[in-house]
Amino acid sequence: MEYHGGSYDVIVVGAGHAGCEAGLAAARIGAKTLMITLNLDMVAFMPCNPSIGGPAKGIVVREIDALGGEMAKNIDKTYIQIRMLNTGKGPAVRALRAQADKFLYQHEMKKTLENEENLTLLQGKVERLIVEDGVCKGVVTHTGAHYYAKTVVITTGTFLRGEIIIGDIKYSSGPNNQQPSIKLSEHLEELGFELVRFKTGTPPRVNSRSIDYSKTEIQPGDDVPRAFSYETTEYITDQLPCWLTYTTEETHQIIDKNLHLSPMYSGMIKGTGPRYCPSIEDKIVRFHDKPRHQIFLEPEGRNTEEVYVQGLSTSLPEHIQRQILATIPGLEQAQLMRAGYAIEYDAVVPTQLWPTLETKLVKNLYTAGQINGTSGYEEAAGQGLIAGINAARRALGKEELILSRSDAYIGVLIDDLVTKGTNEPYRLLTSRAEYRLLLRHDNADLRLTDIGYNIGLISEERYQKFLAKKAAIEKEKKRLQTYIIKPTPEVQEVIRQAGGSELKDGIRAADLLKRPEMTYEHIQLLAPADEDIPADVVEQVEIQIKYEGYIEKSLQQVERLKKMENKKIPEDIDYDAITGLATEARQKLKQVRPLSIAQASRISGVNPADISILLVYLEQGRIARVSNE
Amino acid sequence: MDFDTIAAISTPMGEGAIAIVRLSGNEAVSIADHIFKGVGGKRLKDVPSHTIHYGHIIDPANGQTVEEVMVAVMRAPKTFTREDVVEINCHGGLISVNRVLQLVLTNGARLAEPGEFTKRAFLNGRIDLSQAEAVIDLIRAKTDRAMNVALSQMEGRLSNMIRHLRQTILETLAHVEVNIDYPEYDDVEEMTHQLLMEKAKYVREQIDRLLQTAQQGKILREGLATVIIGRPNVGKSSLLNSLVHENKAIVTDIPGTTRDVIEEYVNVRGVPLKLIDTAGIRETEDIVERIGVERSRQMVKEADLILLVLNFNEELTKEDEELFETVKGMDVIVIVNKTDLPQKIDMERVIQLANGHPVVTTSLLEERGIEELEEAISQLFFTGAVEASDLTYVSNSRHIALLHQAKKAVEEAISGIETGIPIDIVQIDLTRAWELLGEIIGDTIHESLIDQLFSQFCLGK
Ligand SMILES: Cc1cc2nc3c(=O)[nH]c(=O)nc-3n(C[C@H](O)[C@H](O)[C@H](O)COP(=O)(O)OP(=O)(O)OC[C@H]3O[C@@H](n4cnc5c(N)ncnc54)[C@H](O)[C@@H]3O)c2cc1C
Ligand SMILES: Nc1nc2c(ncn2[C@@H]2O[C@H](COP(=O)(O)OP(=O)(O)OP(=O)(O)O)[C@@H](O)[C@H]2O)c(=O)[nH]1
Repeated sequence: MEYHGGSYDVIVVGAGHAGCEAGLAAARIGAKTLMITLNLDMVAFMPCNPSIGGPAKGIVVREIDALGGEMAKNIDKTYIQIRMLNTGKGPAVRALRAQADKFLYQHEMKKTLENEENLTLLQGKVERLIVEDGVCKGVVTHTGAHYYAKTVVITTGTFLRGEIIIGDIKYSSGPNNQQPSIKLSEHLEELGFELVRFKTGTPPRVNSRSIDYSKTEIQPGDDVPRAFSYETTEYITDQLPCWLTYTTEETHQIIDKNLHLSPMYSGMIKGTGPRYCPSIEDKIVRFHDKPRHQIFLEPEGRNTEEVYVQGLSTSLPEHIQRQILATIPGLEQAQLMRAGYAIEYDAVVPTQLWPTLETKLVKNLYTAGQINGTSGYEEAAGQGLIAGINAARRALGKEELILSRSDAYIGVLIDDLVTKGTNEPYRLLTSRAEYRLLLRHDNADLRLTDIGYNIGLISEERYQKFLAKKAAIEKEKKRLQTYIIKPTPEVQEVIRQAGGSELKDGIRAADLLKRPEMTYEHIQLLAPADEDIPADVVEQVEIQIKYEGYIEKSLQQVERLKKMENKKIPEDIDYDAITGLATEARQKLKQVRPLSIAQASRISGVNPADISILLVYLEQGRIARVSNE
Repeated sequence: MDFDTIAAISTPMGEGAIAIVRLSGNEAVSIADHIFKGVGGKRLKDVPSHTIHYGHIIDPANGQTVEEVMVAVMRAPKTFTREDVVEINCHGGLISVNRVLQLVLTNGARLAEPGEFTKRAFLNGRIDLSQAEAVIDLIRAKTDRAMNVALSQMEGRLSNMIRHLRQTILETLAHVEVNIDYPEYDDVEEMTHQLLMEKAKYVREQIDRLLQTAQQGKILREGLATVIIGRPNVGKSSLLNSLVHENKAIVTDIPGTTRDVIEEYVNVRGVPLKLIDTAGIRETEDIVERIGVERSRQMVKEADLILLVLNFNEELTKEDEELFETVKGMDVIVIVNKTDLPQKIDMERVIQLANGHPVVTTSLLEERGIEELEEAISQLFFTGAVEASDLTYVSNSRHIALLHQAKKAVEEAISGIETGIPIDIVQIDLTRAWELLGEIIGDTIHESLIDQLFSQFCLGK
């Protein structure tokens, strides 16, 4: 029965990590939002690692928080363990990682969704979009309900024509045996979208009671309080450890012997898997000389005995998985609870999107998350947030938001996707960011709170606190830049103790702090402040002063690029009418349709001569436009 | 519009006695002023527009005089580009023009892209709108040509050398990255400051070596050092002349090289040769014979290719046999000349002595056999038998400028390591060096770091 189900400003399809952020952001901005998902018991479900954060990804979570998203707050409420990574390295690469209580994480997120003013949560399966004249007007579910909206965001993750593969068994399914989305995938193709087939996998889970932990090494969390969100004030102190063990020679023998049973090698899997998450059979084949591989045992939650066996992602047959487990110290008697599997699914070729995540093909339609060819909860959430913001702002008639590569990892992620595309599931790495010294864990708030506030996702109270913090940082920096430390015997003693060379003359406190052996604590002794400086302010002052030269260098690069970034290319430019462009460049430009000269220059196959030619046309103001008549 | 300052040699290379280094942009005058010493301490900053000034170009790094010049200062807007323009007229031939360009580039200008002066003229409204298409054609054509030239230059050792350097850096970067992105993996060795320092120093050393070959100006243009040897009167000069005659000479009479050696640059079927005739040495034999012989020996030792000339009309002498001995292990083409005269030479013995090297018979007088000789040369080159022993290719200004910048980046990395800056920050400078080296060989795709990461280390979940 076809019927009219209601009208909204924004409809979000899917309640995974992308969907949750998109729905919440849209509703909080003030758009009347409907969120439709296959199964309400599976909101914000983690089909793989029960963990949030890590290098680059953890910084994304901070960015989401600074923009007013939910992921950081939700994990802060539900982690079982949290650690700061890379503490021995520079500030640019520090990042938090938390082990989540997988179930609690879902419950908390569901509660937040349910309690959101403008948000309606609905179980249902979207099978079609309502598209008129290339404009998306709503969605149709399997029950025949027509829901109308000004904008629609699709965040269907790995469900599009999903297929699970274990050994020689293959069946149509979403992750973790949820129902797949087949009709929607077909419908997207009908609309003219180009889809690719990707693949990912997950390891087996075992029962904790059957693990002999004495044969493994303990991996505890940090004992200092840590949180992702700048708003979190209460910390979970009762943490659970993870455990480390290794594969053995026997493991490798079993895998070698049964390689022909792996669907990866039998040719059954066609989708492209990510290089950074190879299955254990991949690892053994590609790095045959490595005598052992690390295996981390991660609890899936506080109220479950299920343990995630990280490092053992596989699609070998179930009975081989059992044999493999038995060769690993500590897991000899392990009870298999769920077998590992690979999943193949459709993704939308992301160069079909504008940097706002709106599709070029269908106006007012946005896609976010794994459907765009990424992998990872954080990558999905970051995109969801941006798509949600843009969908809501479009619906409310406001200007769209695009983060640049120098604003945020989220900016890097989206720019990479829409400009370069990806031929494997895309994961963020710190090396993808050219300005990573600017995109730090610690300064996400300084980078993005203003934006979050202006959009309406940051409360006035939080914003005032943020402004106060900013002022305090500037004040303390200024103080240190003017305070002269004199070479008194006490001062020399402190410096000697720190392992530095004595002062010959008076020195500004800021300059002394630049010495590698000096920390803010030392400076505090030598140039005490009159007031108490909060730890987060100290952190900023120290980093900003210590790495001033490098930060400055990065900023100059950004500045140089800004000029190119500011040279906008009109959306309706007709590349065919521009003589002199090389054929490959023309094709790429037509496909990507970059919004600025800077973006154009990042497209592979577009060389400097093509950029020059484009510039000539732009400056001349005589741009060839696609005629609409 | 707001552009940076660009510079380039604006007279065609090798044509005309005067070459001009042209600068355009806001900084044009101040950059030129920085390296210019006028008579009576005159500063270019203070001179009126559209005036020309005599003086010297000085390397500010060491105070050395580089070149005697006339400098024209033309201020915006009445210039070709509608920006400040400075033209430095040099007299001393290619070497010194290149050095002046280098100085300009190391003091703040950027090497102009092909057609960029014209482009600016256009963008600044100097050129009529209707000329847009022409400008585009120009950009396209010049770029393509520059690319072709760059490509042909990049064959061989320099590109290999740079690839090797980049790979070294890339592996190091991947190592740093893996420590950052996969901190939990305990089986990857931690990159330490000490390890990084070793790598950085190695890279700097290699870049230095490349730069030295460039700075010596030893070989100005790309070309295989080809030395013609043979007893007096066998036809060495004739050989040189006919090769030059057949193949348009590129440059004659390079200043700064010794007068008693004649060098010619020719292009034989796409193979660039620097022909060196040691004939002159003979003439001064009685004066400084020992020095002369010593020098020609040296020349032979450094040669990439030897053309050993024999006389068809004479019997092999002990001297001939000694020549064969001297060039043992080198790439040699044996030329038996004067076949128009009656045979006295024992060809079997020649072939035996040649020991597998090509033997070509010619009559330079009757212009016979030259084709075959050219064929033999191109064969040798294209089958890869000959390798340039000099890093000749680093004579290109763009390459030198990029090498300098790369070196600077590596040096910054080194001083970062020395002051204990965290590795992941030092890495920024190393990445920069890697990118700059990549620009030399036209490869700056960032993705390769990620490829390296996953092929070098075993990572996963
Ligand atoms: C087996 C497996 C292994 C993985 N391994 C890793 C890993 O190792 N590392 C990593 O970083 N990431 C991994 N991932 C990816 C990670 O889980 C996803 O990137 C992330 O969950 C994507 O979030 P999302 O919001 O885009 O999609 P999902 O979290 O998948 O959410 C999709 C949502 O859309 C809903 N939906 C789907 N179709 C419809 C429809 N027609 N109508 C209504 N609702 C619909 C679903 O109910 C669900 O709520 C793995 C995923 C799987 C399945
Ligand atoms: N008949 C004949 N004479 C030749 C031929 N090639 C060169 N000659 C002559 O041989 C003489 C010597 O030639 P050059 O080219 O000067 O010989 P060279 O080896 O450079 O001699 P030096 O400079 O004395 O070392 C000249 O008179 C040439 O004209 C040839 O193929 N046949």
